[in-house]
Parts: sequence; structure tokens; C-alpha cells
Amino acid sequence: MSDHHDELIQITAGGGKLAPPAAEKPRLELKDVQARLASAQGPRYWRSLEELSNSEGFSEMLEREFPNQAGSWLDPVGRRGFLKLMGASLALAGLTACTKMPEEAIVPYVKQPEDLVPGKPKFYATAMPFAGAATPVLVESNMYRPTKVEGNPQHPMSMGAADPFAQASILGLYDPDRSQTLSYLGETRTWGNFLGAIRAPMNAQKGMQGAGLRFLTETSTSPSLAAQIGALLKAYPQAKWYSYDPVNRDAARAGSKAAFGQYVDAHYHLEAADVVLSLDADFLSGAQFPGFLRCSRDFMARRKMEQGVKMNRLYVVESTPSTTGAKADHRLPLRASDIETFARDLSAAVTGTPAAAGAGGDARAQFIAAVARDLQQSRGASVVIPGELQTAAVHALAHSINQALGNAGKTVMYTEPVEVNPGEQTARLRELVDDLNANKVNILVMLGGNPVYNAPADFNFEQAIRKVEVSVHLSLYHDETSRLSQWHIPEAHYLESWSDARAQDGSVTIIQPLIEPLYQGKTAHEVVGAFSDQPGVNSYDLLQAYWKAQPGAGDFDGFWRRSLHDGFVSSTVLPFKNISAKADSGSASPANGAPAAAAGGLEIIFRPDPTIYDGRFNNNGWLQELPKPLTKLTWDNAVLISPALASARKLENRDVVEVELQGRKVKGAIFILPGQAENSVTLHLGYGRTKTGRTGANTGFSAYTLRTSAAPYFAGDATLAKTGDEYLLASTQSHNLIDNKRSLTGEEAEHRDLIRVASVEEFEKNPGFAHEHSEEIPRDLTLYPNYEYTENKWGMAIDLNSCVGCNACVVACQSENNIAVVGKEQVDLGRALHWIRVDTYFEGHDLANPATHFQPLPCMQCENAPCEPVCPVGATVHTTEGLNTMVYNRCVGTRYCSNNCPYKVRHFNFLLYSDYETPSLKLMRNPEVTVRSRGVMEKCTYCLQRITAGRIASEKENRPVRDGEIVTACQQTCPTSAITFGNMNDPESKVSKLKAGARNYSLLADVNTRPRTTYIAGVRNPNPELEAAAKA
Amino acid sequence: MAQIFHPSTNTLSRLSIYGVLFALLGLGYITDDINRSSYVTGVGIAPEQPVPFSHQHHAAGLGLDCRYCHTSVETSSFAGIPPTKTCMNCHAQIWTNAPLLEPVRASWRDDKSLQWTRVHNLPDFVYFNHSIHLNKGIGCASCHGPVDRMPLTYQAKSLQMEWCLECHRQPEKYLRPRDKVFDMQYQQPTSGSPVKVMLSGGVEKEFTSQMELGSALHKEYNIRSYHAMIGCDTCHR
Repeated sequence: MSDHHDELIQITAGGGKLAPPAAEKPRLELKDVQARLASAQGPRYWRSLEELSNSEGFSEMLEREFPNQAGSWLDPVGRRGFLKLMGASLALAGLTACTKMPEEAIVPYVKQPEDLVPGKPKFYATAMPFAGAATPVLVESNMYRPTKVEGNPQHPMSMGAADPFAQASILGLYDPDRSQTLSYLGETRTWGNFLGAIRAPMNAQKGMQGAGLRFLTETSTSPSLAAQIGALLKAYPQAKWYSYDPVNRDAARAGSKAAFGQYVDAHYHLEAADVVLSLDADFLSGAQFPGFLRCSRDFMARRKMEQGVKMNRLYVVESTPSTTGAKADHRLPLRASDIETFARDLSAAVTGTPAAAGAGGDARAQFIAAVARDLQQSRGASVVIPGELQTAAVHALAHSINQALGNAGKTVMYTEPVEVNPGEQTARLRELVDDLNANKVNILVMLGGNPVYNAPADFNFEQAIRKVEVSVHLSLYHDETSRLSQWHIPEAHYLESWSDARAQDGSVTIIQPLIEPLYQGKTAHEVVGAFSDQPGVNSYDLLQAYWKAQPGAGDFDGFWRRSLHDGFVSSTVLPFKNISAKADSGSASPANGAPAAAAGGLEIIFRPDPTIYDGRFNNNGWLQELPKPLTKLTWDNAVLISPALASARKLENRDVVEVELQGRKVKGAIFILPGQAENSVTLHLGYGRTKTGRTGANTGFSAYTLRTSAAPYFAGDATLAKTGDEYLLASTQSHNLIDNKRSLTGEEAEHRDLIRVASVEEFEKNPGFAHEHSEEIPRDLTLYPNYEYTENKWGMAIDLNSCVGCNACVVACQSENNIAVVGKEQVDLGRALHWIRVDTYFEGHDLANPATHFQPLPCMQCENAPCEPVCPVGATVHTTEGLNTMVYNRCVGTRYCSNNCPYKVRHFNFLLYSDYETPSLKLMRNPEVTVRSRGVMEKCTYCLQRITAGRIASEKENRPVRDGEIVTACQQTCPTSAITFGNMNDPESKVSKLKAGARNYSLLADVNTRPRTTYIAGVRNPNPELEAAAKA
Repeated sequence: MAQIFHPSTNTLSRLSIYGVLFALLGLGYITDDINRSSYVTGVGIAPEQPVPFSHQHHAAGLGLDCRYCHTSVETSSFAGIPPTKTCMNCHAQIWTNAPLLEPVRASWRDDKSLQWTRVHNLPDFVYFNHSIHLNKGIGCASCHGPVDRMPLTYQAKSLQMEWCLECHRQPEKYLRPRDKVFDMQYQQPTSGSPVKVMLSGGVEKEFTSQMELGSALHKEYNIRSYHAMIGCDTCHR
């Protein structure tokens, strides 16, 4: 295909009316928004505040396919000059078809591995260590190149699902910006140099019993690493080992100590819970909640509306809107600092002691009363989940409430901590910093982590680390901490390492490498080994030696092979402890030490970023470009404020403000988030890195600058000062808007909703609620004969009830289909390429607490696809199985198809987004999918490569494709099984059964596109008591 | 005023108008011809290889099965190119000093792969699968030609899309019994030399024409419908 066509199209488009440049976008007027919501014509479901303000710019967004494309003539060559060049090159372009194919070499092995079948992928079970618990994964390997991460279906903590971080870790492996050389004071050295250099200081430590030796790791769950460091600490009894993660479980630890007198981990068995109350616990998002994959699966198992399964009810009290809050049946926004008092009042209400009267408003009191009653009615089948980022007291209170309700041992279980060095990390880190400042530390070994960037601001780690004699930093990237360490050692990625790690249930996975370290990276085992008496030891031998010594490893060879194959070591799940919380643990627990905001003051909430977490994924393009679940922001964090605060302070999106907290300041751009607690300001961590790779550079601001050890997750009395500057935030909230009102007016338009949801009561009264007002056009109402799909007939059903908006599908699709990253400016122009997106809709007229819905949107694979007849070159065609496919080598980039797509699921490759040059990225790509060049339209094909592979496998065996044999990438990774794909011609298939259900509906059914992707309408389970109160 | 154009201009202008027309047509024809020529497609041209490997000698002469070297042809999309080890299975014993085989021995000695030049090279946007073709009764020779009579391997067919489609439109013309796919001597049935096939149900049937055999096998092997076979998605994704 020619590379020239897309430029031609750009010129044609540029000939029309120029859209205003991004900086002059019409500003959002909040008063318009409120006026519109108050009026009767206000929409029921909306995606952004811009939509509600109904500005001119917004209608352009709605009507135009790529709203900002025309104003984006990025080429330095002028338009005229370009046309001249094009004239000549177009004349020559036709000749390219006549060129010979270049000669290619074919390079066989010298000795081919026996088990390798070229062209067939292999799968290996391993685990991704992440923030305190490992994610069990199954990694696809093509000719020994890992290419795709999936969840491990055999592992109970994954059940085949993977979160966005695990999905994107494959890009982390091949990231060309990873640290590639070992260095001393910035100069390249060898591993041998390092081993030699640490001998003398270590010998000195021998005499001091290691008094000056300190190890600092991230939260680790590796039993063998613990044993290794343990042995070292035995040899050097004065040496110390610290663990630190900026987003840690300190509160949970302290809370469990208060309640049980010991450190325990709480595990929630949500499949057994009828009533769930979350106290700022984001257990349905995956960003920071341990065991998210299993939690969300279990929780959603109770919301599939299956026969005989009672639907659960979810109450969420939260400070900043989260996906968990979005799925709540009742959500109460409170400031983070008010949640502890809420928990105390609730505890009092549940245990029967009269609640403190007058605390909080009426709504809050009603909420507490209703929740307490509901919890009491479901004794032993309810659960209160405290937020990891709340206070110790909230945890202690939750433990005692669960104890009082008889939930302990039923819906909540306790085990020993999963991590190997449990403790209150922040307090212990202070000890290390004090030692550093007192010049007590001679050797500091940092295994992973980036404390210079993310340690509490009051620790001033940057200064402290300069005082140590020998500092060693092992990390994937040459980051802020590496810069200030003498020795920097490139770390082996988990896909290059031998190690072990525990999942949230405690089961150990042997981490096995899928590829040799690309850049001679070392594992933590090898670095710790360097400080022991056997400096040359490798992690494989260490690991084997450790497991050989474990009881139960009897026939070691068999044990080892089975453990590697299954992805977990059998019977290593931590046993449940039979313990009970002290009755007064809640009330006796110390109040939060952090200064709370004064009644009218502003509170700052720190949260790990939903996509780049604490900053560790800062250089991962897939995660940077992944729209954050509620704000849909990409490439940046923002100062998230409530509409009410914005109104009061006259702030609008993109206004730069200076946030000041106890004398510390940081500048960031405003983003108004409906549902945010009124006087709370949320800042996401992980951005504003000063030393990172090319992808993460110049993104966002660092909220760590404001964060102190006393107030790690929220702090009171901050100020916001408008600077008068503006900063471009690329949010996809208003991109790819579906125009569901066009050509319809009045009441009809209002009933063509894309989201359909009802309460249980409404559903029971009217099971077909999803079809009211929507007119499916009869099949025979056409002059042309319908095409009969006689072979397979692929279809997809997406359960809106189950979708938690976690975005795992988006990254899975990106990985499976070689989808390129386009960058912030291009995202802002509406050119993001995600084939499946998750649209977030807000519902209702209350900006302070709107209901929220998620809708994953892949291609609808319409039977009457509007895109097909308009293609002048037949590049998008229908298959006999009902797929709407793209033939990239035919596409000339007219974009008529996407202009004609009512769902806006076609994405045009405007520029050369795919990196054809970087060698490491070539290894990453799925060999079964074309890497698209510029100038072609791309779209979801239900993973045609997987369908083909499954069909060929079945054809070879002369049998039909079995139900569930072919799974799409989005379906496979979905933690809640919200996506079902299969053959609609098979009445027994899961997808046929779902589509036959009463709640199944199509988007824009009356347009008669006959989408193959349909949705199962949502059902909520509100508490009638609160519902009545709300109506009154 | 005198005439500007001489009467002969008429002839000249006609000539040039028709001339340009014919020239354009001719150019089109020539381009088309070049595009189908072996210069572009590579048909019949044996590229230079590190070792002048003879399929004729190994397959026909020694009677080695295709699958001795192309091991994954029945199970994978890729037929497989033999590793040096496969060559050395025999050549560690025979022709151990042949100068022609020095690159093979060097590869074995130095643990460095041989670099063969690809003979059959499809564009990267085509996803071809060997295993399904063999499983549905398309013989090696149908696409690769008489490999057993090639002292040096060359491409026998154009591998252009029209060539692929010719069979996908009517596979009956080429189908053969599954047990004959590797048979390089196999001849399509004629009344003189019929082909016997064991059909499902244990019935053995004799065919004397390819179209009859092809239709029977099309059904027997559950080959996809005409429309499915020529769908773009069959090869492009």
C-alpha cells in the first residue's frame, strides 16, 4: 500500500473549515451545565460536563468524525509545497506495485529444541510480582519471544484473568529505555568490577557485625529471597532489612495489630456476601487492592442475575470517585478524613450503642441507619471492607464490625501476611533515614524501588542517600534513585528472571524466565548473593536449593516440573487463622494522627494512579495512553476537584493551579470530576518524574512533593491558587461520542439511550425494560433477501452489570492486536487507536453524586454494516461468519467508512505510529497480526487471528468449533467475565443463551445495523429504604 | 489570413491521438506482462544458496519423505526448515569431506545458522497455513511443483493472489486423497488410471475424473463453502 494517501486526505480535510486550535476550545461554563441538568430536557446519561454545557464545540465533537483533525497541519513543509511534491510522488507511486519482492533469508536452528513447533506459540506459567502480591500469569511465547501475558486459568487468584498492569508488562520487558548497563558514578562497569569493589567494604562490615549494612527492598513476597536475606542477616547480625513501597499497607498492618494484636491479612470471600460495604476500599479497580482479580470475579458472580443466585448489594463510602463507587448501589461521597468518623458511627449503630446524634447531615445519618440495618439483617453474609489507603482506625473498626456481625470466618478470613517482611513500612523507613543522616550506614543496597522519587517528602531521602559510603541500586530503569547511587545495576525483568512469589492467597508461584535477560540484567537474588560468601551464585541454583530444602518437595524433579507447569506450588496457600478481633478494637484504636482539614478547609487525597500506579509504569506507553476509568485522562495526572468547588473557586478544566500543603507546593492542571467529595482534591501519584525514559518524560506533576509520612493518603488544609496558565489535558471523555439523538426529537430521542439499567424491583416487574421504546426492525422488512449465515455466526454479548471499567480489555486488545501508541497531542486530536474502549457514562442530575456506568465498546460487527457500502475500494468486507473485516493492504484511507459508522469504533492510523525501527519492539509484536502502517483504517475484528486458529484446529479434526474454544483477547482477560463470545448458530452456546435473555439489547437498534455485539442491560439492587428517602 | 495549419496536420493529429491511445494501452499491457513475468514473480528462478541442495537427489533419489526435514508441515502454519542437525544426521557419516558441504559442517562446528535464501516468499500481509491445506487434501506438488525433479529449488507457481484464488474458487480441480498429499508421483485420475479412495462409512470408490473426485473429497473433507474460501479474511487480517 502506498504511504502517500493519508497526506492527501489530510489536505482535503484541511481545505474545509478549520477547527479552532486546541488552545481555543470553547471553555466550559458550569452555570450552563447546572441549568441544563435542572431543566427537564437534560439527558439522563452523559459522558462529560462539556456535553451538558451543550456548547458549539461539543456538537462539533458529536457530529464530526475527527473533530480536531483539520487544524492539525503538523508538517513543516507548507501545504502548497507539499501538494507540489505530492503531484510528482503520486505519479511515481503507481509504479511501486511493479517492484520485485525483496530477497529474504530464512535462518533455521543449528539444533532445534525438541519441543518447538515453529509457528505454534507455547505457554509458560509464571507470576508478576506487584505491589505486595504476585499476579499469576500465563505467558505466550512465539519462538521463545514472550508476546502476550494472560492470567493463569489454573490459579485460583487469577482464574484466567489479568489486570492492565500484567497485560502491559510485556511492553515493559521490551522497553528500549530500560537501563542497559551497569554503572559506577555514571561510568560503565562490569558485574565483575562490582563484585570486586564491594569486597573491601564488606570485609570491613564483618568486623562490625554488619552494623553499617542496610537492605531496602520493595514489598516482597518471595520466600527464597527472604531466606537468602535472612541468612545474610544471620551472618551480619547488626545489618537491617527494610521494605518500602510508597503505596503500602501500613494502615492495614496497624489496624490488624490494634484488632488482633498481630499482623494478619484479611481476605474477602465476596461470593458469600449478600451485603458489602466499602469504606473507601477500591476493591473493584485493581490499582491498589490486593487480590483484585478474585475479589471482582467473586463479587460479580452475585450480579449475573442467574437463577437461584441472590443479588448482592454494595454500599460505598468514598472520598474520590472510583470504579468501585461506580458499581455501588448506594454511594456516599465523604471527605477521606470523615470516613473514620463514619466508621465509628456505623460501628456504634451496628453494635447497638446509640449513634452520636447530629453527626453529619441527614443524608449521612439515614445512610448509616440503613446500612447498619442491612448489615444486621445479613449477619454472617455481609462484609465491611476498609480501604487500604484509609487509617489504621478504619481497619480496626472494620475488623470489629465484621466480628460483631459474625462475618469473620465466613466472608472475611484472616491469614498470616503474604509479604515476607511485614511491618509498618513508613515508620521503618524513617529509622533508615535517621541512620543515614546519623552516618551510621556504610553500605545501602536498594533492590528495586525508587525512594528518592517516592519516599515521603519530609524524609528528604535525596539528601540522606548522599551520606552513605557505598550505595547500590538495582532497578529496571536508570531513575532518580540510580542517579544518586554510586552503583546502578540493571534489573532483570520478571519475564527474564528465576524467582518465586506469593499471590494474595499465599500460594507460591515459581517465577520462570521466558527469555534470557535482554541487557544482562541481574535479579535481586544475584545482587544479595553478591554480598554473601558465594558472590557468583545464580538465581536458578539458589531457587532450586531453597525449594529442595523445603518439606514436601519429595521427588524434587517431579515437584519442580509440576510446580512450573501449574504455575503454583501445591499446598502453599496460607491457612486461615481462627482469631477474633478485640471487641473494643474499633473504639480503642488511635485516632488518625494526620491533621484533618478544618470544616471548610480543603483536603488533599493522594491515590496511586489508575494506570501508571505509583510511577513504576511511568515509561509504559500502553498504560500512559490508557484512559483512566473516570476522567478518561491520558498521559497526565490532574488536580481533581468537585464541580461545586470549581464553581466556588471559578476554576475550569485545564486551569493551572498551585496546590500548597504545609509550605510544600506543586503546580497542576484542574480537572473537574463529578462525584468528587466537595472539599476534597485528589492528586494521583506516579507522574512528574525527573529521570525516566522517553515515554514518561514531561508527563504530569509529582504529587509526592506534597506527601509526608504523617499524612500519606490524605492531608488537611491545603490551598489552591490559580496561576492563570493553562495546560493541555488529553481526556478522551468526549471522543468518539455516539450521536443517539440525531433525526429524533422530543421524547423519542430520550428513549434511545445507549445505557439501559433498572432496579431489581423494576426488572422483576418488567423483565423487558431494555426493549421499551427501542424499535428493532423486523428482519423481513427489506427488499433484498437476507444473507443466511449457515456456518459459524460469531457474536458477542457484554454484560453491563459485570463490567467494572478496569480497562484490562483495552490493554489486552492493544497487546494482542499490535495497536500503536499515538502520544498525548494525537490523543487530544481524537486519534487514539484503541480498538475497544470503555465509555463512562454518568447518570442523573446530581453533579455531586451521579450514578456511573461503564460500557466497553468494540466493533459492533453489524450485519448491515454502514461502513461497507461506502468503501470505494472494497477494503472493508463482510465474511460468511458475519465479521466485518478490514483488508489493510487494500485500504487507501478515504475514511468514508469511519464517517459512516454510527458507533465510532473505526480508528484511522493518521501518522506512522508503529515503531518499525526499534529492534526490541519488533520482538514484542504478535506475529499473527499485521503491524499497520499509516494511512489505513483499523478496527476490531473479534480477534480474527484467534478465530482462524480455532477454526483451523477444529477443521483438522473434522468437527465444529466447540463453545468456548475461541476466546477474544478482551474476553480472556476480563476479571468479571463480562464479555462472552461465541457462535450464535449454536443454540447451546453461552452467547446464544445470553442473547436470548430478556435484558439483551442492541445499541441504536432502530438504525437497523443489526449489531452482533449486544449488551445485557444493568440491574441495580438499591435498598428500598434509602431509595424511598431519596425520592422523598 | 493564411491557414495556420497545413492539411497534413489533420493526419498528424489523428496519428498522435490514436498513437497516444495505443501507447497507453501498450504500456498497460507491458506493465501487466512485466508484473506477471518471472522477473517479478521469481517463477523458475533458482536463487543462489549457501549449499546447492538438491531436492531431486534427496527426495526422488534417496526417497526421503518431505516430513523428514519439513517436520511441522502437518501441524503448523509453517512447514519448518531443517536445522543443521538434520543435515548432520547423515552427513556426519557420508560425504564428510565434500567441499560443497563445508558450509553445513561450518554451521555445525561454529554453532551458527545456515542462511538460506527464501524461495517461496509471500507478502507479510498474507497469512498462509500449511497444515490446513495438507489436511484438506492439497498436495505439496500442487503449489510447489515437481520438487522431486528440482536439482536446485525454484518457485514453480507465481504465488500471486489470482493464482491462490484460482484454487480457492474451485478446489475440486486440485483435491487429492489425504494419503496422497506427499506423493510426488501422484497423477490426477483419468479413465486410464483411476484413483481409489476410501470414503467415510468404509466404502471404497474409484474415480476416473478429477472433478468427480474433487467433488467427493470436497464433501468428505468438509471443505468450507465457495464464499468462505474466497473471503478476504481467509488470508488477510
